[in-house]
Amino acid sequence: MPFRSILFRDGSRPEDGPEPAYFRDLNLDRIADSIAAREGEFDVKPFFRTVLPAKEDVLYRQEAIQDLERERTMRAVRDFCGRMSAMRAQLGQREKLHFDLQRSRWLLHAVETYCSALRDFRAALVAAPVESRAFGGLREFLDGYVESAGFGRLRAQSEQLASDLASIRYCLFIGGDYVSVRPYGQQPDYSLQLAATFERFRRDSPRDYRSRFDDRPYMNHVEEHILGFVADVNPEVFEALRTFSAGNEGFPDEVILRFDEEVRFYLAYLDHVASLKQGAGLTFCYPELSETDKRVEARETFDLALARELAVQELPVVCNSFALVGSERIFVVSGPNQGGKTTFARTFGQLHHLARIGVPVPGTSARLFLFDEMFTHFEREESIATLRGKLQDDLVRIHDILGRATGRSIIIINEIFSSTTLEDATFLASKILDRLIRLDALCVCVTFLVGITRLGDGIVSLVSEVLAESPDVRTFKVIRATARGQSYARSIAEKYRLTYEQLRSRLRR
Amino acid sequence: MKVHLMFAGRDFDPSAPRQPCIDAVAADLELEHLFSAMAGDDQWLLRNASKTVTQLLVDVGEIRYRQDALKDCIEREGVVRRLYDLATGVLEAERRRVFRSSRSPSAVMYWSVEVLKILVEGLRDLRRIADAAAGSFASDAFQRFFTTVRLELSDEYLAEVEQQLRKLKFRDGMLLSARLGEGNKGTDYVLCDLPSDDRGWLARLFDFGSSGPHTFRIADRDDAGARALSSLRDRGLNVVANAVAQSCDHLVSFFEMLRTELAFYVGCLNLHARLTYLGVPISFPEPLELGTRFLEGRDIVDPCLALRMSGAPVANDLDGDGANLLIFTGANQGGKSTFLRALGVACVMMQCGMFVAVRSFRASVSANVFTHFRREEDATMKSGKLDEELHRMSDLVDALRPDSMVLFNESFSSTNEQEGSEIARQIVAALLEARQRLAFVTHQHEFARTFLGRSDVVFMRAQRLDDGTRTFKLLKAEPLRTSFGPDLFRTVFGETPTGLARGAPLKEG
Repeated sequence: MPFRSILFRDGSRPEDGPEPAYFRDLNLDRIADSIAAREGEFDVKPFFRTVLPAKEDVLYRQEAIQDLERERTMRAVRDFCGRMSAMRAQLGQREKLHFDLQRSRWLLHAVETYCSALRDFRAALVAAPVESRAFGGLREFLDGYVESAGFGRLRAQSEQLASDLASIRYCLFIGGDYVSVRPYGQQPDYSLQLAATFERFRRDSPRDYRSRFDDRPYMNHVEEHILGFVADVNPEVFEALRTFSAGNEGFPDEVILRFDEEVRFYLAYLDHVASLKQGAGLTFCYPELSETDKRVEARETFDLALARELAVQELPVVCNSFALVGSERIFVVSGPNQGGKTTFARTFGQLHHLARIGVPVPGTSARLFLFDEMFTHFEREESIATLRGKLQDDLVRIHDILGRATGRSIIIINEIFSSTTLEDATFLASKILDRLIRLDALCVCVTFLVGITRLGDGIVSLVSEVLAESPDVRTFKVIRATARGQSYARSIAEKYRLTYEQLRSRLRR
Repeated sequence: MKVHLMFAGRDFDPSAPRQPCIDAVAADLELEHLFSAMAGDDQWLLRNASKTVTQLLVDVGEIRYRQDALKDCIEREGVVRRLYDLATGVLEAERRRVFRSSRSPSAVMYWSVEVLKILVEGLRDLRRIADAAAGSFASDAFQRFFTTVRLELSDEYLAEVEQQLRKLKFRDGMLLSARLGEGNKGTDYVLCDLPSDDRGWLARLFDFGSSGPHTFRIADRDDAGARALSSLRDRGLNVVANAVAQSCDHLVSFFEMLRTELAFYVGCLNLHARLTYLGVPISFPEPLELGTRFLEGRDIVDPCLALRMSGAPVANDLDGDGANLLIFTGANQGGKSTFLRALGVACVMMQCGMFVAVRSFRASVSANVFTHFRREEDATMKSGKLDEELHRMSDLVDALRPDSMVLFNESFSSTNEQEGSEIARQIVAALLEARQRLAFVTHQHEFARTFLGRSDVVFMRAQRLDDGTRTFKLLKAEPLRTSFGPDLFRTVFGETPTGLARGAPLKEG
């Protein structure tokens, strides 16, 4: 199958849907925002929110990203994208102008940019260590395209024209109320002569008095007349430019344009990853994804949205590990408030979503489950008129989730039933956990209730840890555990590092 | 063309990093009296003096270069003042005449030419002074300066400059060369030289008037066209106007440098006149290489005190050759602090290349001069005050380089004697090991006696006659156990406090 897409194995382009329902609860919307902010031209959010159907599709992307993580490939792709952006800007410029002698030259600029970008990109890819199906396919496509007769002609013509235009030099004579175009005749540069006169007073770093002129591409009518005269004086070159421009509208190839757009999703995500790797010393990995095995596991993982916020404030990010072994399916997380419980639940969900869009996930290693649906139930800020109304709302939503979930779903429930009595809450939670156990789905339940973790097999109790010696210090670690509850003068001299010994070492420089 | 009157081969830089902690030094030594005597009623001279006097020279050759120039100035005071007035006058005229608001190249060109006319007139005057004075100055600094002026400002050169100024009006129109840039817009405008006196040649080649071929004439009511044409002119003028404006700046900065460097000498002349009038001894000191330990003076006077009290204070001698530490003890108000200041001011003046208020003085130069004086102001709590003293000391240590001189005045006495002595002893011991030169005024007997018997320590004591009278003389003598507080008490209260009068017999009556 010929190469069509760097993101989609079969070359199809899925319809863009709305954000999954779990997006906001898991703070995936914030992650999407910060990733999208790294790409200025294209909207990469649809790629971030659309999960892939099968494991093979995920592998197609994982391989491609591994290729991209190699320095040479990355440099080649970045360079290419930068030049494609420049080309689009040149075409956009052309659209804004009306004078044909300008429009045709902007088209020529765009063609020049396009040809050199493709030629260099192809050469760089040949030299890069490409192993993925995606980049392998792209490389093959480029070989064929760049060697094609059509592309060769485009390149040769544009180069010839550009060099002819660059060699044109002319003189302007400006009188009181007129300007004339005159042939150029090696006239001496007057500024050099003047600078020589005053050379002897020259000093370092002089102030710059030069004006910045309007370098926008528009011309006024005087400039248009001048360009018209210059074209009259050089008829062959300008005739060739007109012909070239008319014959090469719509020159860029569809597959190339699509690659340019799609690869930016990878770039934006990897930029985001790189900033966290460098800034906060965090690690990412390629998760192993199973369509059957529910024994999920991740080491030294973290909440990608929170990590970003902490990194901005230069605060440390606490990593956590988790594992479900044997027939374990459900994490019940309890412990002090603000101890990292909700963060743990979000991390679990984020990891699974990220795995399904084929990108590296937070952690040193991860084995994750290819779910069919993911459901979340987080306490909502929205005001509900009465307590009874809120409890009812909670129950209705949980009921809805249990009705739609299958054994291959993931369910994340965060702090429900906090609006009712402890007795009610314990009763309701136990009932719902019973259902979840029977469903055999993967679950994370965050709760303030202590009693419910004693329910049956398949449940793992996690606790957000505090330090034994000072219980008010949160470590933000979530771990497997049962749920529970001299003379004055000398000292002042020392303070200023002015004792004899301190001074000796200070002055020894 | 460089001034170089303060340094052989380089400019004086008023914004050069000043000696660290120099503000404290100036305050402690009361240098403001020196500055205002140098300035007379010239505010500009005042600012300048505080800049020149706070940049200490360490190189003996540099000190001698200035001493020689200053000797010339004292001999030929009239010429030096005339040069200073010329520089001041030119700069004032330039500032009065010119409004530099607009930044367009043609505006820049207009005011630059106007300023240049003023400056060139100044250059002619400078040349005349140099012609008259050359030969009557003996110092390297002035001989080289006058030679440079006569060489660089030859008649031919000044004529060439004036010729350029005429040409810059572009009466015959303007010829530019250009290329086609991005989008076929004109770029790389270069102003070409047109021989302004060869009208026929010019017309033949370029100017067929507004009816020539490839000529666009701006219609009478076409304001946009007129603006476009003057914008083209600006593009042509841009580089040249920049060169002319920079030449102006360079010439202005030449006159500024001339004024700045002469201001130092004019300040010295003012000070010289004032001190001579007050009968203060004046001599050129003998600076000796950094790292040696010479310090000897006959009739050392504090010029700042002389200026403040408008008279010649008591003079003291010092035989401090070989000393690393001078300790001044003795009666309160016996002249210790004054002598310490006199010594500090002499060192500072010597290291600016000035004369000193000493009959004869020779001293090794110091890397820096520091002061650590007990501050009487903002006496808060005792602990707060010691804190403040130690904080200052710590800053000072950070700035220390080997072979600096540190003057202590009753430092570390804001705590009890035992603790203060211990702090002082540790600091002084460590500084001596680090090759510093120290002078210490102290009442702290315990501290002072620590250094008895060391060959590199000189003790001096404020003289007190048997009748209790102070002579303000300091003599070479070891510290006595008693201070002379009781004397002061008697003078102030007019009676003998019981049990305090051990040191001094009562005067009759």
